Amino acid sequence: MNASARLTARLRRRSGNAFLLVLTLCLLVPSLFAQDWIKTGTGLGVEKVRLAVSDFKASASDAQSTALLKTFNDTLWNDLDNSGVVELVSKSFYPLQVPGQPSEVNFIAWNAPPPNAAMLAFGNLAAAPDKLTIQGWLYDVKNTASPQVLGKQYADAPTEDAARLIAHKFADEIIMRLGGGIAGICESKIYFVSDRSGHKEIWVMDYDGSNQRQITQLGSTALSPRVSPDGSRIAFSSLTKTGWEIMMYSLDLNRMVSFPRVGGTNLSPAWSGDGLKLAFSSSRGGGPQIYVSDASGGNARRLTNNKGPDVSPVWNRKTGAQIAFVSGQTGLPQVYTMEADGTNQQRVTDQGYAVSPAWAPNGQFLSLAWIRKYGPGEPGSRDIYLMDIASKQWVQLTHDGGANDSPSWSPDGRHIVFQSSRSGKEEIWMMLADGTKTRQLTFTGRNTQPNWSWK
Amino acid sequence: MKQQKLKWFTLVVALGAVMMLGACKKKAAPPPPPPPPAPPSPTASISVDPNTIQKGQSATLAWQTSNATDVSIDGIGAVQPSGSQSVSPADSTTYHLTAKGAGGTQEATARITVTPPPPPPQPVSAGPTEEELFAQSVKDIYFDYDKSDLRADQQSSVQADIAFLNQHANVSFTVEGHCDERGSTEYNLALGDQRASSVKNALTAGGVGASRIKTISYGKEKPFCTESNEACWQQNRRGHFVYQK
Repeated sequence: MNASARLTARLRRRSGNAFLLVLTLCLLVPSLFAQDWIKTGTGLGVEKVRLAVSDFKASASDAQSTALLKTFNDTLWNDLDNSGVVELVSKSFYPLQVPGQPSEVNFIAWNAPPPNAAMLAFGNLAAAPDKLTIQGWLYDVKNTASPQVLGKQYADAPTEDAARLIAHKFADEIIMRLGGGIAGICESKIYFVSDRSGHKEIWVMDYDGSNQRQITQLGSTALSPRVSPDGSRIAFSSLTKTGWEIMMYSLDLNRMVSFPRVGGTNLSPAWSGDGLKLAFSSSRGGGPQIYVSDASGGNARRLTNNKGPDVSPVWNRKTGAQIAFVSGQTGLPQVYTMEADGTNQQRVTDQGYAVSPAWAPNGQFLSLAWIRKYGPGEPGSRDIYLMDIASKQWVQLTHDGGANDSPSWSPDGRHIVFQSSRSGKEEIWMMLADGTKTRQLTFTGRNTQPNWSWK
Repeated sequence: MKQQKLKWFTLVVALGAVMMLGACKKKAAPPPPPPPPAPPSPTASISVDPNTIQKGQSATLAWQTSNATDVSIDGIGAVQPSGSQSVSPADSTTYHLTAKGAGGTQEATARITVTPPPPPPQPVSAGPTEEELFAQSVKDIYFDYDKSDLRADQQSSVQADIAFLNQHANVSFTVEGHCDERGSTEYNLALGDQRASSVKNALTAGGVGASRIKTISYGKEKPFCTESNEACWQQNRRGHFVYQK
């Protein structure tokens, strides 16, 4: 309890931006768990903006307009609901007359109870055979004199994909304005490993789980996809005739590009924040140790020289000066940090089985997968934890069973995507970085090792 | 005149007598003389010994005839009525003997089967192949959870492996490092690499040439057993030997 309270204070102090982690302590039934666990929340104690999102109006009621309108409205609602920065006003409180134009806004109907909304998003959609036009507004309905916060018009092809994309763009505009100026993530992508083709290949999907598609067709075993900061390449490792090699796929060229093969076991590539370097694990000098090379694979040099296997490096993308990694030098794997030149190695986990570190975009937190209570008679659960890297204080984020692993941060630092077997097989889930609002993104095959794009 | 009458009379009587005689003799005629004996039919036989040879070997063809004046074997030509000859056909052959004589023609056949020559001699001349011996003799090495150092109870397996591999110095092989399903994908691949290296190091320390040994880690990607219990996990925590052809 004291540790959590201290972490709360520290998290408050350290979070310079709008993403405030405030911890609340929730007691579970003591007889069940014989231990209390900690619940964290975004913006708890901070008043979240009450946002009403009225369904957009279609200019016509034909089948095409109706379908596109539904896609748009569902996507916009989900994006704002997922964002973690607003409190959506339940639609059951909305007035019957919903506005499609600024002139149709009845301020009293929105800003007074029961909706009691501070903000209102509304707009209209017009679908022509060759064009989709969407107008959207964000109104500060308590400021009747000068209500418009945002007014946007979008035009694209009249397709489901375009309707979804426009909804993402409009949602990001709203989130940017209501979420402290941090860009939204609705157009970000999640790369992951899926076996649904019969082999483990690299796949990609939109951040909300839509548009899942296969990227690699190697017919081998491809693992650990890591997209470059500019989104142009994916580094991953794959089983080849010469062993596990780091491979590179160009998302610009839509094909594999060359990367030096050295034989042995080469695993878990990680991009530096400037996109100029890769850190990875390689057994080229003996046991698996951490190396760093140019983004082309040249000038590889060794950073660690430990007894146990070292793997899963990840750069502090904020500072570029530190690398977290996993080492088995003392037995069960633990998470360590070091300077980017390999000096000053520090163990940050004190017990159990700790793997898969992921550095938050703000450079202050590590998420990791941890079996804290490992040991005979103590099977322990493998859960996602959040650690304040300076104080080494931690909170547990997942509590819902299954083995949880491979956390990866959203570009805005508000979300974590991870793999979990809680549904019976390994699938990809996402949650807010406080552990709330968990949501399953994949349902077909086994899906693992998600990696969130950098923007 | 009287003499002429007598002559006619004598002739008639004589003729009559002859005719009478002939009529009487029909019932008690003596056996006719035996016909001249028919020429005897020829006989023929042919055999080959042995009747199965490998290509390049020879066999003895033997034949006997009697009452034949003209004896020939297809493919060989005219031969003595009886004899033998060494043959070395390239393919399976049927020898067809024809014996002709005054009494007719007799035929006989003998077949020889020719098998292909045996494959070139194996490095191990007899018994199981080296690959089979490898699979039978070389034992996988098992590990404790999260460990890559060799367990004491695995030393006998290691020593047996070293002994076999030193006796079969031309065998190359791969040591695969495997892990159980617990733990992360990436850490298990690194751990599997260390397990494979650990086995390799023990073998080289025992005199097995490092150039004969490849290592690869499969982490938890290719489990031998897919149940979630300790018995199964132990099966998956191993250094597995694979013969390199």
